[in-house]
Amino acid sequence: MSKAEQGDWVQIYQVILPAGQRAPQVPVETAGVPLEMWVKGFLVEKQAEVGTDVTIRSLAGRLLQGKLVTIKPDYEVNYGSPQPELLTIGVELRAILEGNGNVE
Amino acid sequence: MSNNSYQAVIARKPEIIRKATGIDYAVFESGGISFDYERMMSQAAYNLDKIREIQQQTGVGNTPLLELKNMTALARQVAGPGKGARIFIKDEACNPSGSFKARRASVSVYHAKQHGYKGVVAATSGNFGAGIASQAAMRGLKSIIVQEVFDSHGIGQPEILEKARACEAYGAEVLQLTVGPELFYTFLLVLEQTGYFNASLYSPFSIAGIETLGSEIAEQVLASTGRKPDVIIATHAGGGNVTGTSRGLQRAGCESTQIVAASVDLKGLHMASDIDFNRKSFTTGHTGFGMPFATSPDRADVPRNAARPLRYMDRYVTVTQGEVFYVTEMLATLEGLERGPAGNTSLTAAFALAQQMGRDEIIVVQETEYTGAGKHPSPQLTFAKKNGIEVRRGNPIENVPGKAIIIPEHPGQINIKDINLDRVRQSYLRNALGSVNNGALSPQDIEFLAAETKLEVAIVEKKVSEIQANL
Repeated sequence: MSKAEQGDWVQIYQVILPAGQRAPQVPVETAGVPLEMWVKGFLVEKQAEVGTDVTIRSLAGRLLQGKLVTIKPDYEVNYGSPQPELLTIGVELRAILEGNGNVE
Repeated sequence: MSNNSYQAVIARKPEIIRKATGIDYAVFESGGISFDYERMMSQAAYNLDKIREIQQQTGVGNTPLLELKNMTALARQVAGPGKGARIFIKDEACNPSGSFKARRASVSVYHAKQHGYKGVVAATSGNFGAGIASQAAMRGLKSIIVQEVFDSHGIGQPEILEKARACEAYGAEVLQLTVGPELFYTFLLVLEQTGYFNASLYSPFSIAGIETLGSEIAEQVLASTGRKPDVIIATHAGGGNVTGTSRGLQRAGCESTQIVAASVDLKGLHMASDIDFNRKSFTTGHTGFGMPFATSPDRADVPRNAARPLRYMDRYVTVTQGEVFYVTEMLATLEGLERGPAGNTSLTAAFALAQQMGRDEIIVVQETEYTGAGKHPSPQLTFAKKNGIEVRRGNPIENVPGKAIIIPEHPGQINIKDINLDRVRQSYLRNALGSVNNGALSPQDIEFLAAETKLEVAIVEKKVSEIQANL
């Protein structure tokens, strides 16, 4: 789906400061890339294609403009993969506490 | 139409901040190096009783103080004979937004509402955003949170992505930016365009809001043990946690309690670097904020920072990322508390520090924070590995910030590293004096510097003349 309807929850994108116009104190690797911003809200236009300039109404009620990048953006955070480096810690500590562990 | 170029907006900063805080900071200035910190705190904020009332209205504070009996027992097993203080923790995750930041937010949002502001804006990538959004929801104000969250490839720090989700859940507009200090430019523009209140982490309201945390600890420790705490340990980043907690403890008569600040060691990683940004697992509670805010506190989004940690800390220690992840697992599996991880920085240091203290002594870890997707050891290590960071079990002394996260193999390997506070104070003084020798300082400035560095006046005079002689 690359077309959003009015009222859809969408994410827009803006370049705040282009590369080369960054603050003087930033390190070189940061100075060489733009300062970018993403924000979510409800689409104001009747319909819009991804990649076009749109207006959204944010959760605070502000009207904000930017390029439409995502329709109904997912929250990407999760609990990751099980980490072998962590999984045995509880068992090891319980064993030490109960006197069966190796106390150096 | 006003000029919104970077330079033009930064030039309008004093006026924007004055309108957005309602505080005329100039009245506290002396004209020299010093300003009247205590007058700023007493006139600009509220007294402790009023703050308790404000916080009670929105369910903030009065969190449980828990004794970590299993961790204390474990620390005693690995400590020398007769060593191992009782470890207590203030379960600040029980605040409405899941962290002690609700205390900081509560007073700002109350003040904004009282003074007719329609909304609040905060520049924060941390738990403070959720604190502001939650308090604003309760009091019927709009909230806007400005975050630094992505690198230039659009890859976001999992811990911060979760905090953005939490803010949106409470109804905040969240502006998510890529790495760089120019976040402040966006922040100023939002304040100017909306006329909302600047809910700064560093205002007198924010710091005064933490004082209840210190006073509650004093009361709860006395009630449960019949004595005052020997050591309070606080995770240190921007300095507010150390400052507010210490002020509250002092008000409650705990002048002799030792205040220890603890940060995760991220030495060598540049905080404004697009490359280093995703090479760290901790986005707060680390030396990248801890050191600059201790040695030069007036670097925040208000002209004078109400967080002045060097005034209060008796000791400053660091731990490693791997040690904090290990202790986060320890807290979950031995104590049944899934909290942190960043907020467990002080707990990690406490586990080591307790082993240097007597068994009759008491050490209090003054916060926990909520855990969530992205904000948990497992996703944070998943993310670290994806970014090419080596993760393995081993001795934490092999830790290299940005390169290797070493998860201890044994609780006896958890250690604190002391930062030489004399050097931190020296750097504070150097920053305060600036690069030009302006001659003899007024007695008022010397007294101010003595209070700022917790040093005797005579020692400050000597250090100041040594620094000036080298300019």
